[in-house]
Amino acid sequence: MMDEETELSLTTAQIVQRLKGTNLHSQIERQAKECLHRPEIKLESLKEDVRNFLKDSGWERKLQNAVYRELHVQPPPGHPTAPPEHTKEPLAYMRKAQASWEKRILKSLNSMCTELGVPLARKRPAVEQKELTSKWNEMGTDEPDLSSFRPVYAPKDFLEVLISLRNPNHDSSEEASAKSHWGLIRVPLCVRDIAQMKEAYSELSLTSGQLGIDDLTHVPPDLFESEHVRIGKKVVIGQESAAAQQYSRQGCPTGLRADLWACILNSTNEPEDIMYYEQLKAGVIHHDLLVDKLIYKDVKLTASNDDYYFVFEDYLYQVLLCFSRDTAVLDHFTYNSATPPKSYIQGRVGVEEFAVVYPPNGVIPFHGFSMYVAPLCFLYNEPSKLYQVFREMYVRYFFRLHSISSSASGIVSLCLQFERLLQSQMPQLFYHLREIGAQPLRIAFKWMVRAFSGYLSTDQLLLLWDRILGYDSLEILAVLAAAVFAFRAENLMEVSSLATAEAVLADLSTLKVMPLIQIFLFATVI
Amino acid sequence: MSINTVACTVKPAVTLQLGDAKADTSRPGVYVIDVTLPIGQTVNIQDISFKNYYTAYLTVRLLRRSDEGAARWATCLTNHCLMPSPHTEEGAQDYCSIYRHQMLIKPDNVASVRLILRQPSSSWLSFSIEDIKIHPCLNKEPEIDIPGWLSDLTHVDQRPDIQGIPDPQMVSSSIQQMWALTEVMQTNQSTASIGRFDVDGCYDIDLLSFT
Repeated sequence: MMDEETELSLTTAQIVQRLKGTNLHSQIERQAKECLHRPEIKLESLKEDVRNFLKDSGWERKLQNAVYRELHVQPPPGHPTAPPEHTKEPLAYMRKAQASWEKRILKSLNSMCTELGVPLARKRPAVEQKELTSKWNEMGTDEPDLSSFRPVYAPKDFLEVLISLRNPNHDSSEEASAKSHWGLIRVPLCVRDIAQMKEAYSELSLTSGQLGIDDLTHVPPDLFESEHVRIGKKVVIGQESAAAQQYSRQGCPTGLRADLWACILNSTNEPEDIMYYEQLKAGVIHHDLLVDKLIYKDVKLTASNDDYYFVFEDYLYQVLLCFSRDTAVLDHFTYNSATPPKSYIQGRVGVEEFAVVYPPNGVIPFHGFSMYVAPLCFLYNEPSKLYQVFREMYVRYFFRLHSISSSASGIVSLCLQFERLLQSQMPQLFYHLREIGAQPLRIAFKWMVRAFSGYLSTDQLLLLWDRILGYDSLEILAVLAAAVFAFRAENLMEVSSLATAEAVLADLSTLKVMPLIQIFLFATVI
Repeated sequence: MSINTVACTVKPAVTLQLGDAKADTSRPGVYVIDVTLPIGQTVNIQDISFKNYYTAYLTVRLLRRSDEGAARWATCLTNHCLMPSPHTEEGAQDYCSIYRHQMLIKPDNVASVRLILRQPSSSWLSFSIEDIKIHPCLNKEPEIDIPGWLSDLTHVDQRPDIQGIPDPQMVSSSIQQMWALTEVMQTNQSTASIGRFDVDGCYDIDLLSFT
């Protein structure tokens, strides 16, 4: 509610401050200094000439992309008197719910440590370090006994917390709540309805071409496809994040996807990024964390059992173990409602100089976490690049799927949006499922928490994630979840229990996501 | 941003309700909060800041004192929207400011501020605004009087004995250079972290802390 000018200058100051310490800043500075020797740089028009040089040599575009990233990832500057926790999450009861959920996770981790008599973190002895270094590329061959370790929580536990979420200031007396909403989520967040979604997702409408839809539109599909690929190549050459993002809304061609996504996320994989990755690797080799066991177990339980992903097992360990050591991830806690767990080394409890974050990136993995990485393995075979893209996806999107917040892309909003969409479009189906005790969210929740990874076939999943990146929002997950129910409505109307409903929706691997989303949003008669 | 706040008294909210306040079970949709300055004082308002708690619309009226001393109420803001969609949470707990340029009248010589809060949605059990602060217009920087002895110094014409003392021009230019260097260092302080998670090489942890 500040006036525009103040807000703009605050945003500018914030971005300048953030970019100052980066490598890009020093590189541009060096380039600007070096170009002074060039003949085309004149003293009388120094500023203009240097600026033109940076523009022509492509540095301006890199700066643009970096600014674009900051604008997308960092929250806009809030009101000057607002405390930091307000930026994390504006609603007090949401913050409280998140805090008590975190406490539960910490308790569970602590008790696992005590029961099993293992430390949360320790330095590896030299022999062990050597051993790990030598088998870095084949960690999957190791079969340690992890039967006593259990995942800290599963999506099901998290859903129970979301269902019990209440706004203490909301009138939840029987008549008020029962009349309008049949779903499980009871918080009055603002979510978009079909009409608003149609407007926001206009590029997905029936009249525009889509990758991932084979049927005939008024443009013959192969004509659209070859034209779309041609433009895609241009976008890749242009290397502009904003253009790549807009392009991704209609889907990325398989051959260009890796480059386009990296461009959208501004993951450049410079030599220093590779060095940074090596530094993280050293962190893994030096220290042994309890979290590693959880990651190990999770990969074994999920990706290794998956027909599409089991081949990437070793990649997954590498990326996830490095991720847990990456303190750069801590930055995202300024806008994530979650707070990283804290501990004190050498038993110096309460002494700030001995306070550390655990794990170093502040993120405790849960059952299914590795599925956020698995699909990316299809796109990038260089670990450092794969790592960079995953980290960026996490700090932009995935963290929202397991923290309690009021964000429009947050899991609470997605659940509510899913329920609202389904109730308004398919009231009979919703009513039937509710009557037989098969609340739709109980089935759809696991899909959304994992952004459908592991449920769809990979080509379909990547087409879906194209749209997440393109629209910079996770809302499409709620739409797809509702569309799946609509698609199976006939069968679901026949079922008489939660188990049979789950059976009807057990296999999504044959679904084509784009036609489902398109029909649900644009072709359903209201 | 103005740092000073005006000392003022925020009175308890008064409800606007038809019928018997006790017997009527429906919740009120309008609250009025008066903020008064100490008797005899007035303020030129720069902005009014507060934390919202489920108020959808805000109207502000000001009691302004004219030069003759007569006081008159005037509306300076009408139904300013704090929650774009009153049935849902958006904006419900945000921090806000009403700035001088947003007001319909010049908020000068104000003796009292009346905030009229509206919430058309019956979804909420209560609503109000909290942490109300009034920031005054800052007067232009008062001219700092240069003490007489300082100006005397600059007028000294005769040169004292400066044998063995380095040239003041030189000293001042090298000091300036050093000062410039420290300034550069300060502005170049980056936010980049070096990526260490251990403390002096140690990262041995047994249990997590709850506080």
